[in-house]
Amino acid sequence: MRVTFTANGKPVEADDVWEGESLLYVLRERVGLPGSKNACEQGECGSCTVYLDGVPVCSCLVAAGQVQDREVRTVEGLTDENGELGLVQQAFIDAGAVQCGFCTPGLLVQTDALLESDAQPSDNDIREALSGNLCRCTGYEKIMDAVRLASARKCAGKAESE
Amino acid sequence: MEFLRPATWDEALAAKAEYPTALPISGGTDVMVEMNFDVHRPSAILDLNRITELTEWTNDGSVVRLGASVPYARIIDELSGPLPGLALAAHTVGSPQIRNRGGVGGNLGGASPAGDAHPALLAAGRDVFVEAASVRGTRMIPIDEFYVGVKRNSLAADELIRAVHIPVADGPQQFSKIGTRNAMVIAVCAFGFALHPKNGTVGTGIGSAAPTPRRAVEAEEYLQGVLAERGLWESGDLLGAEVIQKFGELVKAAASPIDDVRGTADYRRHSLAVMARRTLTWCWNDYSKQIRSAA
Ligand SMILES: Cc1cc2nc3c(=O)[nH]c(=O)nc-3n(C[C@H](O)[C@H](O)[C@H](O)COP(=O)(O)OP(=O)(O)OC[C@H]3O[C@@H](n4cnc5c(N)ncnc54)[C@H](O)[C@@H]3O)c2cc1C
Ligand code: FES
Ligand code: FES
Repeated sequence: MRVTFTANGKPVEADDVWEGESLLYVLRERVGLPGSKNACEQGECGSCTVYLDGVPVCSCLVAAGQVQDREVRTVEGLTDENGELGLVQQAFIDAGAVQCGFCTPGLLVQTDALLESDAQPSDNDIREALSGNLCRCTGYEKIMDAVRLASARKCAGKAESE
Repeated sequence: MEFLRPATWDEALAAKAEYPTALPISGGTDVMVEMNFDVHRPSAILDLNRITELTEWTNDGSVVRLGASVPYARIIDELSGPLPGLALAAHTVGSPQIRNRGGVGGNLGGASPAGDAHPALLAAGRDVFVEAASVRGTRMIPIDEFYVGVKRNSLAADELIRAVHIPVADGPQQFSKIGTRNAMVIAVCAFGFALHPKNGTVGTGIGSAAPTPRRAVEAEEYLQGVLAERGLWESGDLLGAEVIQKFGELVKAAASPIDDVRGTADYRRHSLAVMARRTLTWCWNDYSKQIRSAA
């Protein structure tokens, strides 16, 4: 079947999609957006997290046909207007929160969503928000640092623009 | 395989009548795991995401009609007041991403004994109904008749779940779940408890400790008897250790768990008694406080 939807603001079209196929597969293999990672295909790791109509979800658990005419935003869509790394992405690099990088795309989307709803989350809020994202490398401390850094920069940016 | 995308509820019912073996998909958090691992290849998939009324709820003051696809995240945000037990259970489901997609309709559709909505629904009372519909009409299935076997429910092949009708809480409700950690954990066993002061009843629900989610009927009857005989609904006085202990034992006796990778039958029985005592104590303390502050 054919599936058309919006990915990172641009219309995309995928052909010959198997009816049982996941959004993750379509993103990675059919529309050239391999940023989202496949690490478990069962909703356990969060590496495939994307926005679906503004809500973060595991793209491995969304059937491709379910996104027809809807909006998807992936880690590739977290860059700023000029295509430079976005605030959350830069914070993860600066904090050294990326090792093998497999978990990173999902963490970035989930962190972006957290900071959109609460620019200054407590450590508990951060842990809760990231509880569906597994990292096998970092031990999470650097990830916590990265989210705190992104939060600080976001709040500073807001204060400046006010 | 076909992918059916009805735009309206009527179209969905017509599609289910025409393709009774089609597998409905809502949040996909159960269905897609099976699909990704090729556990199951249905003849067709019936997507319910376009049917917006499934993601709506209404509250007429006495009953919440909860659309089948309202995600757990919204139950927590929007319905913690009228449905505290279900909201607590929802909070323990998977992770934020899972709670953004999964809902009670899918939990009921799968009817897993480990589904976390079930103990909360059972505890919410005997007037909980699953609204099932087909082209033949609508049925209100009492929650006590809904679960019929391991991962089996009483839906007919042409039926879909439209909503769940749950009485608005008139007393404290609690949910407790045992797992190896806080997030992303399938229950070793779970327990839901509710006080219903208006009609002088209590509700219980046991998860993951029998072939189906089930109620601890004798425990409910015992406690209702004590509360009525001793005038405790009116006084809000202490229950006493003996009552709490006995209640825990009766809940434990109502379970028929198995040994599996998540835990032994013995451990499940033991932890059910603990959870029963705890949730009863929490609820009763809250209730006593309400009575005393009203006095
Ligand atoms: C990582 C992970 C963690 C999880 N953790 C938990 C947990 O802690 N507790 C828990 O209870 N569950 C958990 N689950 C299971 C799942 O999230 C829940 O069962 C959820 O409620 C399913 O809802 P859904 O909308 O995603 O269902 P779907 O996957 O869309 O459907 C599930 C079943 O219900 C049927 N169905 C769906 N909607 C309807 C309808 N309207 N009418 C008739 N049938 C219907 C489907 O055909 C299917 O059989 C977890 C799943 C994952 C992947
Ligand atoms: S690949 Fe989707 S959650 Fe792991
Ligand atoms: S950096 Fe390797 S899994 Fe997180």
